[in-house]
Amino acid sequence: MLVVEKNALSEEIESYVLKFGKDRSSLLPVLQAIQKKHSYVSDFAQQEVARLLDIHPVEVFSVISFYSFLHSKPTGRNIVRLCQTISCDMANKNKIVQAIEREIGIKFGETTKDNRITLEYTNCVGMCDQGPAMIINDRVYTKLDPEKAVNILNEIK
Amino acid sequence: MKEKSRTPMSQQPLTIEKPALEDGIGSKVTVEINEKKVQVFFGQTILQACKENQIHVPTLCHHPDLCIAGTCRVCVVEVEGMRTLQTACSFPITAPIKIKTSSTMVRKARRHIIDLLLSEHYGECYSCVRNNNCELQSLAKEYGVDSYTFGHVDKPVFEMDLSSYSVVRDMNKCVNCRRCVRTCIDLQEVGVLEAIDRGDKTHIGTFLEKPLADVVCINCGQCINRCPTGALKANDPSDEIWNAIDDPTKHVVIQTAPSPRAAIGEVFGLEPGKSFTGEMNTALRRIGFDVVFDTNFTADLTIIEEGTELILRLYKALVKKEQVAIPQFTSCSPGWVKYLEHFYPEYIDNLSSAKSPQQMFGALIKTFYAQKKGIDPKDIVSVAVMPCAAKKFECNRPEMADSGFKDVDYGLTTRELGQMIKEAGIYLPEMPHSHFDDPFGDASGAGLIFGATGGVMEAALRTVIELVTGKKVEDIFANADIIPLRGFEGIKYAELPITEVGPVPKILQHLVPDWNWLKGATLKVAVAHGTANAKKIMEDIKAGGKFSECHFIEFMACPGGCLGGGGQPIPTSEEVRKMRAKAIYDEDNSLPLRKSHENRHITDIYNEFLTDGPCGHISHKLLHTHYVKRGKYIA
Repeated sequence: MLVVEKNALSEEIESYVLKFGKDRSSLLPVLQAIQKKHSYVSDFAQQEVARLLDIHPVEVFSVISFYSFLHSKPTGRNIVRLCQTISCDMANKNKIVQAIEREIGIKFGETTKDNRITLEYTNCVGMCDQGPAMIINDRVYTKLDPEKAVNILNEIK
Repeated sequence: MKEKSRTPMSQQPLTIEKPALEDGIGSKVTVEINEKKVQVFFGQTILQACKENQIHVPTLCHHPDLCIAGTCRVCVVEVEGMRTLQTACSFPITAPIKIKTSSTMVRKARRHIIDLLLSEHYGECYSCVRNNNCELQSLAKEYGVDSYTFGHVDKPVFEMDLSSYSVVRDMNKCVNCRRCVRTCIDLQEVGVLEAIDRGDKTHIGTFLEKPLADVVCINCGQCINRCPTGALKANDPSDEIWNAIDDPTKHVVIQTAPSPRAAIGEVFGLEPGKSFTGEMNTALRRIGFDVVFDTNFTADLTIIEEGTELILRLYKALVKKEQVAIPQFTSCSPGWVKYLEHFYPEYIDNLSSAKSPQQMFGALIKTFYAQKKGIDPKDIVSVAVMPCAAKKFECNRPEMADSGFKDVDYGLTTRELGQMIKEAGIYLPEMPHSHFDDPFGDASGAGLIFGATGGVMEAALRTVIELVTGKKVEDIFANADIIPLRGFEGIKYAELPITEVGPVPKILQHLVPDWNWLKGATLKVAVAHGTANAKKIMEDIKAGGKFSECHFIEFMACPGGCLGGGGQPIPTSEEVRKMRAKAIYDEDNSLPLRKSHENRHITDIYNEFLTDGPCGHISHKLLHTHYVKRGKYIA
């Protein structure tokens, strides 16, 4: 990482800390803001957050590893989260998995080479009556079938 | 309890309807434990209440030094009206409840919890360093575990982290009790270990899952002392030491620090609070060490070197008006040194350049002693018995080779020495007494009290007062016991006005012409133990507070000082530390020689070997060192 980039990132995090308050309880909003802008929280960003909130870097890392919507490794621009909980699983989730993996050419847990899509599983998203369901970024898609899922994925940029 | 209410008790507010006192806290509540009515304080936990009433409740994640966690669930009890079992360690009594500690439900649940812990614990007990000293093992025994209901790990799953010179992490044995996490974050404020991931994937890890050697670990080993199993242990060099002992061409030298002798009895199942100095010397010789030295001798030397350095710094600042870093920090504790290097690298100049007693001795053994005895230093194997895990790291620092060889070859903890003594078939308490070997045979009580928090400062003041004022310490402090510096308060502060000065003693005459510049000054000193307390002082200094005006500050990385070190026998708690401190102060009291500068061997070594005096060229080469600005950022 270049020094200029580091300084820019530090300034950005400082502005978040200023906005949400210099207290350990603002850890989550600060991390969410970083995640939103950069699609992951880098090693350096984690240590900067720790420094500015006066906590330990390992605590920041621990929180990131706890929450599924926070990442410590780079992800794609779009994160696809397919529900793996029992109702969706019984509504033929596996067929959708096979179709998506074949279409995009990566497995779940991986990111495409052009950084377009990251595939992930998620636990129940509360759409049990309309399964199988998936979330792409902030939007929920329900009553999927293999064809519909592939079409949706092909449309996102 | 409102009996008419149909809401389950777990959802009812836990309050007493009519508190005996208006403010609630301090009032008493009558509870029923196992159908026996007892009075307990409002707000006490069930565990405390049971303990006071001689009812045993098993615990695993609970530790008296740490905050309440309630993670292991082993201490569950039945509280009447509650839908589920409650953890005794984290349930504050605020109502006249009825508790059952050994009902069928409780026993069954505890047995299941223990079985579940065992189902993920790689328990190869006979090859484990904690065999017979393991809290999980004793729980299994207590609850009569005769089969693994939920299975058992029979092969290690995770690789051991052997990267650190001091601490070995074996996650196969971890039961996720989070004692190490609480130790690292709350007790020591270092922040290396935390729970990573969630649910069944939860494990204890470091920042970015890096090996211990690559993170900001200060090697204090407090986590080892808190770990209930063998998941954390010290890096044990005893095999190499046995090899050196068996090798006839090697001259194996051992030095023993003040704290191990006050605690080693505990390894043999004795109560803490008794020193085994003489017995340990005999045992070490019977094991096969060629000579046994007392680290207290170099503790005395540290006092002279570090004291001289302080006087030089003050002289430069007050008389020559030069820019020097004051307050001076002690550098005896390698955990503290690494803490400062990581977290406050900008204050590195404040750290005394004097090496720790262990490293001073290492350098002297391979130079002065080797010359005197006509032994080739390459044939000397130098071992140090320390209460400390960080000493293992310290002796492996690349800058610690001023004798031309590795100054100290192996750092051995009290626990490992106890093991070696047992392995040699020796029962320590039965050993006859014997004394340390010459040419460093006698050491003062000042060196001995280095083991307790405040000890270095007390030892330094005993010497500085006498050298500067020319008066006896006993005239100021009864029996030369500097009471304000003793005890287990986190941070201690003392002021000492210098009202009169005496002549400059011979040993310092080449450095300062007279003491008149100190007349009327007030010496301000402070003591901190545990790096959490050290952090408080450092933040105060940064903010320009009271401690930035101090002249000399003693820091010890471990709570209680060295006697509570990471290499000491397990368990360690406040009570145990108090008993060990008592053993050390009692032994100091019984010694005829109690001030470092009165030690005749110290005078001898300045006459014979370190001929240009304290902080002179030779002593700078051998007894002083430099530090690394490490910083806390991890790339």
